[in-house]
Amino acid sequence: MQSLILTTATRLLVALLLVFSVYALLRGHNLPGGGFIGGLIGATAFILYAIAASVDEARAALLVDPSNIAVAGLGAAAIGGLASVLAGKPFLTGLWLFLGASEGGKGLPLSTVLIFDTGVYLAVFGGILTLVFALEEET
Amino acid sequence: MSWLLVYPIVIPLLTAVLTYILRHNPAGRWISVAGTLALLLTSIMLLASVIRDGVIAAQMSDWGAPFGITLVADYLGAVMVVITAITGLATVVYCIGEIPERLERQGFFALLQVLLMGVCGAFVTGDLFNLYVWFEVMLISSFGLLVMGGTREQLDGGVKYVALNLVSTVMFLAGVGILYGITGTLNMADLHLAVREVENTGLLSSVAVMFMVAFGVKAALFPLFFWLPASYHTPPIAVSAIFAGLLTKVGVYALIRVFTLIFDQDVGYTHTLMLWLAVATMVMGVLGAAAMNDFRRILSFHIVSQIGYMVLGLALFTPLGLLGAVFYLVHHIIVKANLFFIAGVAKRIGGSTDLSKLGGLYAHAPVLAFLFLIPAFSLAGFPPLSGFWAKFLVVKAALDAQMWVVAGIALAVGLLTVFSMTKIWGAAFWPDHPEGAKPRLGDIPVFERLAMMLPIGALALLTCVIGLFPEPFVNFAEIAAGQLLDPSDYISTVLGVQP
Repeated sequence: MQSLILTTATRLLVALLLVFSVYALLRGHNLPGGGFIGGLIGATAFILYAIAASVDEARAALLVDPSNIAVAGLGAAAIGGLASVLAGKPFLTGLWLFLGASEGGKGLPLSTVLIFDTGVYLAVFGGILTLVFALEEET
Repeated sequence: MSWLLVYPIVIPLLTAVLTYILRHNPAGRWISVAGTLALLLTSIMLLASVIRDGVIAAQMSDWGAPFGITLVADYLGAVMVVITAITGLATVVYCIGEIPERLERQGFFALLQVLLMGVCGAFVTGDLFNLYVWFEVMLISSFGLLVMGGTREQLDGGVKYVALNLVSTVMFLAGVGILYGITGTLNMADLHLAVREVENTGLLSSVAVMFMVAFGVKAALFPLFFWLPASYHTPPIAVSAIFAGLLTKVGVYALIRVFTLIFDQDVGYTHTLMLWLAVATMVMGVLGAAAMNDFRRILSFHIVSQIGYMVLGLALFTPLGLLGAVFYLVHHIIVKANLFFIAGVAKRIGGSTDLSKLGGLYAHAPVLAFLFLIPAFSLAGFPPLSGFWAKFLVVKAALDAQMWVVAGIALAVGLLTVFSMTKIWGAAFWPDHPEGAKPRLGDIPVFERLAMMLPIGALALLTCVIGLFPEPFVNFAEIAAGQLLDPSDYISTVLGVQP
């Protein structure tokens, strides 16, 4: 089924959703948001595209097989969680690096928590897309 | 902090990643076996550590309880992790014989590890919301395993499975939300103390029932069990086996945990309700099994019926009842997974799981027939197998509580279990094959036969060992039940431990 309205709207929405998903991911440390919901929003973008165009086109636009993304996410989460072990801290402890921190400013906070959260983002994103694409192709 | 509590989660996670990367390579499955073996070894170390030092706990991320995520293992949690690892190992080995390369290339073994991670996570977590997360991990991975292969029948079963489990998940999440609203904490040890301060006990009982419904769906408790027989007979047998062994039991475990640690305020209401649900579950399950005519469907209904016994033990809420529930839980996982494995071999050599199309297994595959008798009689509760002690303990607990009717029904259900096991025996094993085929074990290539028969033999041996030497196991379950009824050790370990 082709709908002109849906296809036109999707072009705008996909980009917006993807940007918003990254925003939700980065916002998540101290405010509502995070990897899980970010991943879901990101997946919505491609699901929308798959409905508006076709699953094949959505797969082509994604470039990478979604299940590969999911497992890469699991790997990243494992690395993010285990990194603290090297520093002798309990599993999942966040290690922080404040880039360019000076007397006045905190600098840019980077942490292993971000790696973990990105891992969750990718795992959810890839996992949901694997399922949805498989179901869409079935019918 | 104790790494032993983290291994059951991290090892399957890393194994999943590695096996996925190597999914096109035969080495992938061996990594999967090695990873599960490592899980088994570390879980035995965890159990040994719990037996030596009592309850152990660890705070993740360096956030002290009750704010961070606590991992905790008491006797029950530790033994469940061990049994998960045993079933996991048996399934992975069995899969090598059963799973076609096509599924392997789609990442079957990796998904299996994710499932194991979810199950282990649920057993070691000490936080209610974290438990919810592990349930989600299990749900997603089990859905993937259910529909992998993508036949119409599988999708049909998978959609029923997911739809009902999502309802349960929503209920669980809502319950968690309300509980957090009432008490302000989700750490289970902290909740144990916090619910005692709650004045609105009516609301607390309502939340308790929400949890009962949520976990009841997961555990396939009456009247919410119908998704189970609708979906368990469709995927590859090894998947049925690990689902049958572990997934419903996570629901039972969650019921036991929550209804001993948190909702033990209004036992007269919640546990009495659960008691009659358990009785109805036993009866409905076994009647369903008696009416079915397919190897796997009969076994699926039996899961439902047996869940009734475990929940009955919990609902009686006496030391002996909980002892029986714990013992039953462990025994059932081993026996049930094994019966499904046997159904898989029967399908492989006999060509079907439909009883009317099977036959001649006793004459041509006597080893399989013998190995079937052990778990089948154990399930029905024949001495001296493990099921006898499990049933004996639960029925004894019911008699001690002067629940004559309940005990009588439990015994009658046992009798009907024998009936449906005889039905399988009388159709698949005893008579000749309807098409005159001679189903021999020798028809399976040596390597695959070894991979499929090894787990069956090992689990049957385990059933016999538990049956013949029940004393250490009963003693163990007794301590586990004691810890459940008096969780002071659990609470002081969780809340007192300095991260």
